[in-house]
Amino acid sequence: MASDLTTHDGQPLHKSLAKALRREKLRALVLIAPLLLFVLITFVSPIADMLFRSVENSIVPKTLPGTTRTLQSWDALGEELPGEEVYASLADDMMLAQELKIHTRLGSRLNYDQPGIASVFRKSGRQVKKIDSSAHLDGFIQSNEIWTKPESWANLRKNGLWPGAFPASSTAWSNWVRFMKSDEGDDVDLSEKTPSGLAYSALYFDLQKLSDEQWRQLTDSDNETTRAMFNGLREASAQFPAANYKEQFLDMHDGWGKLDNWRTLHRLSPPIVDSYYWASVDRERTSDGVVHKPENERIYVKLFVRTILMSALITLMCILLGYPIAYLLATLPTRTSNLLMILVLLPFWTSLLVRTSAWKVLLQQQGVINNILVWLGVVGDDGRLALINNMTGTVITMTHILLPFMILPLFSVMKTISPSYVRAAKSMGASDWTSFRRVYFPNTIPGIGAGSILVFILSIGYYITPELVGGTKGVFISNRIAYHISSSLNWGLAAALGSILLVAVLILYWAYDRIVGIDNVKLG
Amino acid sequence: MSSINGAAVRFEKVQKSYDGRNLVVKDLNLDIAPGEFLTMLGPSGSGKTTCLMMLAGFEPATHGEIFLNDSPINNVPPYKRGIGMVFQNYALFPHMTVAENLAFPLQIRKLPKSEQDAKVKKALDMVELGEFGNRRPIQLSGGQQQRVAVARALVFDPDLVLMDEPLGALDKQLREQMQYEIKHIHENLGVTVVYVTHDQSEALTMSDRVAVFEDGVIQQLSGPDELYENPQNSFVAQFIGENNKLSGTVTAVDQNTCQVRLQDGTELAAEAVNIQGVGEKTTISLRPERIEFDPKESMQNVVNGTIQEVIYHGDHLRVVMDVAGNDEFVVKVRNRGDQRELKVGQVHPLGWAAVDCKALDFTG
Repeated sequence: MASDLTTHDGQPLHKSLAKALRREKLRALVLIAPLLLFVLITFVSPIADMLFRSVENSIVPKTLPGTTRTLQSWDALGEELPGEEVYASLADDMMLAQELKIHTRLGSRLNYDQPGIASVFRKSGRQVKKIDSSAHLDGFIQSNEIWTKPESWANLRKNGLWPGAFPASSTAWSNWVRFMKSDEGDDVDLSEKTPSGLAYSALYFDLQKLSDEQWRQLTDSDNETTRAMFNGLREASAQFPAANYKEQFLDMHDGWGKLDNWRTLHRLSPPIVDSYYWASVDRERTSDGVVHKPENERIYVKLFVRTILMSALITLMCILLGYPIAYLLATLPTRTSNLLMILVLLPFWTSLLVRTSAWKVLLQQQGVINNILVWLGVVGDDGRLALINNMTGTVITMTHILLPFMILPLFSVMKTISPSYVRAAKSMGASDWTSFRRVYFPNTIPGIGAGSILVFILSIGYYITPELVGGTKGVFISNRIAYHISSSLNWGLAAALGSILLVAVLILYWAYDRIVGIDNVKLG
Repeated sequence: MSSINGAAVRFEKVQKSYDGRNLVVKDLNLDIAPGEFLTMLGPSGSGKTTCLMMLAGFEPATHGEIFLNDSPINNVPPYKRGIGMVFQNYALFPHMTVAENLAFPLQIRKLPKSEQDAKVKKALDMVELGEFGNRRPIQLSGGQQQRVAVARALVFDPDLVLMDEPLGALDKQLREQMQYEIKHIHENLGVTVVYVTHDQSEALTMSDRVAVFEDGVIQQLSGPDELYENPQNSFVAQFIGENNKLSGTVTAVDQNTCQVRLQDGTELAAEAVNIQGVGEKTTISLRPERIEFDPKESMQNVVNGTIQEVIYHGDHLRVVMDVAGNDEFVVKVRNRGDQRELKVGQVHPLGWAAVDCKALDFTG
C-alpha cells in the first residue's frame, strides 16, 4: 500500500515528504514575511479600521454612559419627553463631559444625524455646572445623618449588591471620581469626601427599582452601618422632595424639550450603529422607520450612480480608443511599435497633476480647443463649448489618463494571437470584417476584460482629476469621501461611503466573473 | 498574356520583394496541373513560403501574375479565392470547438444547417476524429490538431489546398504516419495540393512533383525519382539525399560523358549534365549507395580510398573514406553478413559506373 512506503531510514514516506515540504514552505514564508508585514500594517489594518469606523459609535455611550442606559427604558416612539431619571443622569454625564471638554465633540457627532443638536450641547456645557442637585441629597440627609459621611458610600460600594443593583449610582460614582481627578489632579484623596448631589439622585432612582428581597438584604444586613443607612430609607424616600432636573434643562436650552433630539440620542445610544450607512444612501431612521431624506438633501445615491455611469462611460471610451492602438502595437514591425509604445507609456512619465492641469489649459472656455473651434468657425465666439468643470471635462481627462491601462493588457493579449488565425479565417472565405468579428475579436475578449476591470476600478475610486476638472457636476463619490475626511471630519460617513464603494466594486467583480469568467482575464 | 492551358495554378514571371532592394522570389514560372500534389521544397529563406503566401493572397506579388483555373487572381482578396489552407501551427480557433472550427467555412458560405452538420461529420470521419467534435483544440494532441486542420481545409470542398509545413511540429513517427494519411486523402479526393516543406524525405514520399527552391529560383522541377537520380545541379544533388562531392576540371567531352581530372590527378568518367566545357571546373556528384567495394569489370571508374571510420547502421554499414583528397567520402555497404572486416587505415579499391556520377556546376 502507498501509505506503508517508508524511506531508507524507516520513516513513513508521507511524513518524510511533509517534512521536506515544510522546510520549503517555511522558507517561502520567511521570504514573503517582510512584505506581508508591511501590507498588514500599512494597508490591511487601516482599511479594517476604516471599515469599523463606519459603524463605530462608542463616543455616545462613552460620553453619556448614564443617559444612554436610562434612555433604554424610554419609549422613543411615544410623544412624551423622557422622565426625571433620564435628565438626572444627563446632568451627571454632562457634568463630567464639560469638565473633560468632550461634550462639544459629542455634539458634533450627533449633529451629523440631527442638525442643530451641537449647539444644544455647546450651550448647555457652560450652564450645567449651575444645576441644582440638592433635592435628593437633602432627602437622604434628613433620613439619616450617616449619608453625610464618606463611609456611607465606602460601605455601599462594598455591599454585595453593588454595582448590579445600583447601575445609576455606580455610573454616577465613577463619573464623580473621574470629575474629581480631572478637577483636582490624579492624586486627589477622595476617602474624606462624599459625592455630589447628582450621585445621590442616581442612588435615589436606583432605590426606586430595588425589589423587596433586595431591601430586606440591605435592612437586615449583618453590617451595622448598612442597616443604619437603609433602615427607614424606603419609607423616607417616598417623601423626598421632587427633583427638577428636567425643568432646569428646559430652562437651559429648549433643545432638551425637543422629542427629535431625544430620539436621535436614543437611536445612537448603542456602540455599533447603522446610521452612517443610511445617511450614505440618503435615508435616515426616524420614529416612522427608515425614510428618504428631504429632496434637497439627497446627494449620495445620485453621486454613486453618477460615479458608476461615468466610470462605465470612461471604460467604454478607453476600449474604443485603445483597441485600434493596441492592435497597431501588436501588428506593426517591432521598431515602429516600440516607438508607438513609448508614446503610449509617455503619460506614465509625467506627473498626474501636470497632465490634468494641461487638460485645464486645453479645455477651458478661452482654451486651446475652443480657440481652434472658433477660429475654424465650427462654433461662434459667443457659443464656446463648456468642456471643463463638468462631466465632459471629467470624462475627457480621465479617458486620457486611464487609456494606457486599457492599451497594455489589450496589447499583451493581442500579441499572443497568431496572425495565422485571421489568415485561416480568410482562407476559409471570411471577409476582413467577418474574420475580425468571428475570430480575432473573440480572442481579444480576455484583454478587454482585463483592461475594463483595471480602468473601471481605477476610475470608480479616482479623486484628483474629477476634483480639478469636474466642477460640481463632474465630481465622483470619492471627492465627497475626501470632503468628509478632510473638511467635515465626518469620518464615520466617509468610511460608510467607502465601504459601499468597496462592496459595489466587489459585486461588479462578482457579476463580471459570472458573465465573462475571471479565467478569461489576461494581463499578458 | 495568359494562355488557356488548363493548369490549376499558374505562376507567370512572378517576382516578390519585401524591402525594395532584394528579390525574395526571382522570376517564378510554374504550372500546376489539376489534381497534382506539388511540393515546394527548399531551405528556409529560399522563397517557397512566400510563393505559397502569394498564392493564398496574403502577400501581393511585386510583379507578374498568378492564375487560378486560368483566371488572374492578383486583385482577388484571399477570402474570395476559395483555397483551403493548412498552417504550420494549425491555426485552429481556440475559442471554438472542433466541430465549430470545421463548420466555420460552411457558415461563411451560408450552407443549410443540416448540410453543415453532414459535411462536418464526414470530414471528421475522414480524419478519424468522429468523437472529438465537442472538444476544444487545446484538448487535442498535436497529431489530432493536425488532422482537424487538414479536415478544416478540405471541408468546404476546395479545388486547391495549400499546406505550409503542416507536419513541422510533430515527432518523427507521427510525421511519417501523417504523410501517408495526407497522401491517401489526396488520392481519394483528387484535390490539387501545394505543399511547402524543408524536409526532403517528406517531399519525396508524398509528391507527384517537387519544385526545389533556392535563392528565390526553382532549381529543379521534376518527379521525386528524377530529382534523386538526375539532379540538374549541385544544389539539388546536395539537398536531396546523401551525396559525395568531388571537384575537378573537365578534360574531354564526348556526347553525354566527359572526362574529369580531380585535384590529385585522378581521372574519372562522368555523365555530363551541367558543365561549361573543356578546361572548366566542375563538381561531381555521386550517391553513396552506388559505390562498390569490389569494382566490377564494367565499371569505368576505379579509385583507391583509405578507410577513416566505419559506422554500423544495422541494415548497412557506413564507411567514411579519404578518396582523391575528399576525406568525407561516404560509402554505404549493404550488410550481407559475410562482410570482410573493414578496418580504419585499410586502403581499398572502390568502383562505380560513369552514369552514376554526374558532372555538375562547380561549387568549390
